[in-house]
Amino acid sequence: MKNYLNKRNLITLVVVGLIFFAIQFMIKERIITAYMRSNLYWIGIYIILGLSLNMIIGITGQLSLGHAGFMSIGAFAAAVVLKTNPTMTGLYIGIGIGVLISLAVSFVVAVPTLRLKGDYLAIATLGVAEIIRIVLNNLGITGGASGISNIKMLMSWPLLYTFVILTIFLTHNFKNSAIGRACISIKEDEIAAEAMGINTTKYKVIAFMFGAALAAMAGSLFSTTYYIVKPDSFGVNTSINILILVVFGGMGSLSGTIIATFIIGFVNIVLQPYAEIRMILYALILIIVMIFRPQGLLGSQELSTKLLPNFKWKRKEKSS
Amino acid sequence: MSLLQIEKLTRNFGGLSAVSNVSLEVEEHELVGLIGPNGAGKTTLFNVLTGVYTPSSGRVMFQKGDKSIELSKLPPYKITRMGVARTFQNIRLFKELSVLDNVKIAMNHEARYGLFGALLRVGNYFKSEALIEEKAHAFLKEVNLDELAETKAKNLPYGKQRQLEIARALATGAKLLFLDEPAAGMNPQETHALTGFIKEIKEKMNLTIVLIEHDMSLVMEICERIFVLDYGKLIASGTPDEIKNNPRVIEAYLGDEVEL
Repeated sequence: MKNYLNKRNLITLVVVGLIFFAIQFMIKERIITAYMRSNLYWIGIYIILGLSLNMIIGITGQLSLGHAGFMSIGAFAAAVVLKTNPTMTGLYIGIGIGVLISLAVSFVVAVPTLRLKGDYLAIATLGVAEIIRIVLNNLGITGGASGISNIKMLMSWPLLYTFVILTIFLTHNFKNSAIGRACISIKEDEIAAEAMGINTTKYKVIAFMFGAALAAMAGSLFSTTYYIVKPDSFGVNTSINILILVVFGGMGSLSGTIIATFIIGFVNIVLQPYAEIRMILYALILIIVMIFRPQGLLGSQELSTKLLPNFKWKRKEKSS
Repeated sequence: MSLLQIEKLTRNFGGLSAVSNVSLEVEEHELVGLIGPNGAGKTTLFNVLTGVYTPSSGRVMFQKGDKSIELSKLPPYKITRMGVARTFQNIRLFKELSVLDNVKIAMNHEARYGLFGALLRVGNYFKSEALIEEKAHAFLKEVNLDELAETKAKNLPYGKQRQLEIARALATGAKLLFLDEPAAGMNPQETHALTGFIKEIKEKMNLTIVLIEHDMSLVMEICERIFVLDYGKLIASGTPDEIKNNPRVIEAYLGDEVEL
């Protein structure tokens, strides 16, 4: 425990707390409107999704195109449980069930495909997401094609914030551990990683399952935020939207994904009135970013306090 | 018992026998060279020895303590854990990572915590990470790369990249090292520095080294014994002087004498 209590962690803790109370205050004073709050929830949920996909694509270098499939598992698990038990306990049970099913499905997909070198995973995940969607479309308990509606709305700022911080905490720890280093080495050079004694299949499976579990968690939060879940909301489009966050923010950069999600969230708000041309503008913005920063906003770097002293020094210089 | 025993090893690719019926032994603490013309099967032999390819027939035995292990039945990462590591003909560093991280990854087996320890930073996490950090630095000092610890591997000069690749292979805890053309693309000064480095680490860490090399000055200078491959077959073995005067080796490199 004493290892946690250092200056950097305390500063982080204070910042995390301040952000929480600042937003909480703004919601109470109605500076943040209901409309903005719903956008805030969108951003929070997509931060979790982006970070979870970053574990697979950005850290381990395995292209997955079916992330929405794992998200839908969590979404429907929570929706089904919340229908019979519309309480917080119900939500937690739903998240738990979703995560467990997601882990099982991702394990079944990962073990045969991740033994191979190459982009088999991309095709397999694309297929799995479709299978999940079709199964949900035909399953009685999930309401078929019309899905489940009137799900109890339990989403709140404290709940969202807790899960976002939890995800950041877990993904950050994952990245900065021996397991994370093994995953990064696979992305860098799989043959060399294996020659260094890294069991590449094992770490690819771990990263994939970890990402899938977090995606299911985000899916559960999604269903309690938007009252309604339909299998068709979790198609390839949604998977690509999550992928964009990772590519835009920078492969392997957690802070990059978070910043990218905020930017895209705001772009969505700004473009809301231009219904049809919105998708065109959205695509255009992405193309421009990719031309000028093909490695994404932050590349594989992280925003860190190491940048701070430099910044202070520059400011002093300017004022003198 | 020799440290490494290769028994009648064959590796076929379709109708081509890239390595055919090769038997050889390497003693502990030896530095042996593996030479031969281009396409002789040297790298293929390395790939079979390190588990990248499985042999078509024959086997590879490795002596670890009093145990004799059949390497040809293990996947590459397990072979590395047995204490056998390699470098690559075309450098395969983790380019975007720092020198320190390259070495840390090679020391990954030292981590004494699992997934939950990593995610929640409980158990041995902090102790284990600190130990790896310390060991990695100590190791870099040993191979004279510590002042470059924070440099990205891709930004190192060419000679240093080669050196780091050898160092990284050693950091896995290897006792037997396969070096695939360590001096490829180096100028004479760099080759000279590398020769010194190989000799130094061999003595310091009590290593057994097998190296493939085309630079004959390096091979003749540091190798105690040399094996010559041609068309996948072992055509000669012996001390550098024996190899230099072996008619079959000269024939393989320069062609047969033609009567005019």
